[in-house]
Amino acid sequence: MTMAKDDAPATTSKIREVRAEEVAMMPLSKGDSLLGRTVTINRPRAELFAYWSDLTKLPTFMDNVERIDMLSNTRSHWVVKAPAGKTVEWDAIITDKREGELIAWASTEGADIPNSGRIEFRDAGDRGTIVTATIAYDPPAGIIGKVVAKLFQREPAIQARRDLRRFKQLMETGEIATASWTQKQLQEETA
Amino acid sequence: MRALTWHGKHDVRVDTVDDPEILNPRDAIIKITSTAICGSDLHLYDGYIPTMEAGDILGHEFMGEVVETGPGSTLKKGQRVVVPFTIACGSCYHCGKHQYSACDNGNPADTQDIGQEMYGQPMSGLFGYSHLTGGYAGGQAEYVRVPFSDVGPIVVPDGLTDDEVLFLSDILPTGWQAAENADIEPGDTVAVWGCGPVGLFAVQSAFLMGAHRVIAIDHFPHRLALAKRFGAETINFEESKTYEALMEMTGGIGPDAVIDAVGLEAHGFFVDNVVDQIKASLFLGTDRIHSIRQAIHACRKGGRVSMPAVYGGFVDKFPLGAFMEKGLTLKTGQTSVQHYMPALLNAIIEGQIDTTFLISHRMSLEDAPKGYKMFHDNQNDVTKIILKPDFAPSSAIAAE
Repeated sequence: MTMAKDDAPATTSKIREVRAEEVAMMPLSKGDSLLGRTVTINRPRAELFAYWSDLTKLPTFMDNVERIDMLSNTRSHWVVKAPAGKTVEWDAIITDKREGELIAWASTEGADIPNSGRIEFRDAGDRGTIVTATIAYDPPAGIIGKVVAKLFQREPAIQARRDLRRFKQLMETGEIATASWTQKQLQEETA
Repeated sequence: MRALTWHGKHDVRVDTVDDPEILNPRDAIIKITSTAICGSDLHLYDGYIPTMEAGDILGHEFMGEVVETGPGSTLKKGQRVVVPFTIACGSCYHCGKHQYSACDNGNPADTQDIGQEMYGQPMSGLFGYSHLTGGYAGGQAEYVRVPFSDVGPIVVPDGLTDDEVLFLSDILPTGWQAAENADIEPGDTVAVWGCGPVGLFAVQSAFLMGAHRVIAIDHFPHRLALAKRFGAETINFEESKTYEALMEMTGGIGPDAVIDAVGLEAHGFFVDNVVDQIKASLFLGTDRIHSIRQAIHACRKGGRVSMPAVYGGFVDKFPLGAFMEKGLTLKTGQTSVQHYMPALLNAIIEGQIDTTFLISHRMSLEDAPKGYKMFHDNQNDVTKIILKPDFAPSSAIAAE
């Protein structure tokens, strides 16, 4: 370690090596691009962790994920929306899980979009729980690149931020805010 | 249903659109009985506000009858309610602190991006006010979908007319919050720039909070006359030099607190003609003077500045030196309507606050495009237009 490091999260670092180190520390690390997003949710830590413990529920607030099937206790199959009504799919395995604190995952060999990451839950006193998503991914080129563009709305950090906002809405209010005023509009919005 | 929709600059139309439906558990559907055109609606009308889309339903001051409720709503069919223009969830950290206009969840996740980029953190959703604030359909319609109906709408007791309570939706709490932000102490002299609805309610509120004198500043004679009716002294800035007049009227001290309620008509973003205002030097008596600059200039040393006026972007030539050297305090923000509604409803019932004086015209929802033009063209005589979906078209009634 040659450079003094400040207290800011590695995901916000301007220094390539600091970011690379963070990615390398992920179990079964997949992907070079690193992003981090944090949100504070006014609910108990255990409740938020419990929701994430059942991966099949995540598409409720992850707009671009069509469905997640559990293949075993640690292996899941992801089906993600792609342009022109197509989908892309991959398997992911849970690489670490600490009750009430952390869930880490990594995609398996042959994934269309290699990715790995973790979601962490920390107490925030009377403000509830701090939830941090840290994700590494490989931005692929070609047709898959277009899929990624759709998946992440061009800017991966924006999609992660939107998903965390929807998770917060769901946990704090019991619903996901929408400006639609008919069922038809709502279906088009989330299609 | 019929609804007033935006199609472009100076182009609003009453169209037939789909009826709203319950989409989330806490929703309610309200049948509109009264809805007002706000000064800030004119900024949409004039095309100043970005992210408007053709077909957007306008209106953020409205009330009506509950006709349908989701399983999470606490409202009951048949209740009469006034709906706050800010859409707040009631369960996030900010709502817990009664900072409802800073609600984390009222604005849908995707439309929060713009506020996050522009301001650092996204603000709450608003009814009928562009896609920056969520793109929610407004209340200048026969029906409206109201999210979080268990925390927003306030039930109106029998015996109160629509005219008496409609302004709880926005302009009355906004005027009250403006006076509250001035931290008025007994014996204070408070100066209010702008005698639109919010300025006039700020005048009434300032007296109720113990102000000794209120000085109201505008250039529309009719609006100044309304301020006088509530006990304010007036300065018409086309007839008198505002700064000089304020200094002479306050014994050379300056007002203890100043309220900028000029841009208030814009609840939105990018206050009208910032460029024009920058060109208007503080010392030139033009009629487009930048009120916040003048208010800071006139305010006494150690005084308070309250700014209900809405600013959305960046301003140039902000008098930071005067602000620092005089040790002023600034308070501002979109109105946390839900926080003020119960107490203000009570003040109306007790007769402490008059609201109906403001209404200059009533007309059918079908005539709303005419109303927009009338309001746009004559702000001296048109102080407030109320749209009534159950009025027959072309039956405009002047209130006086």
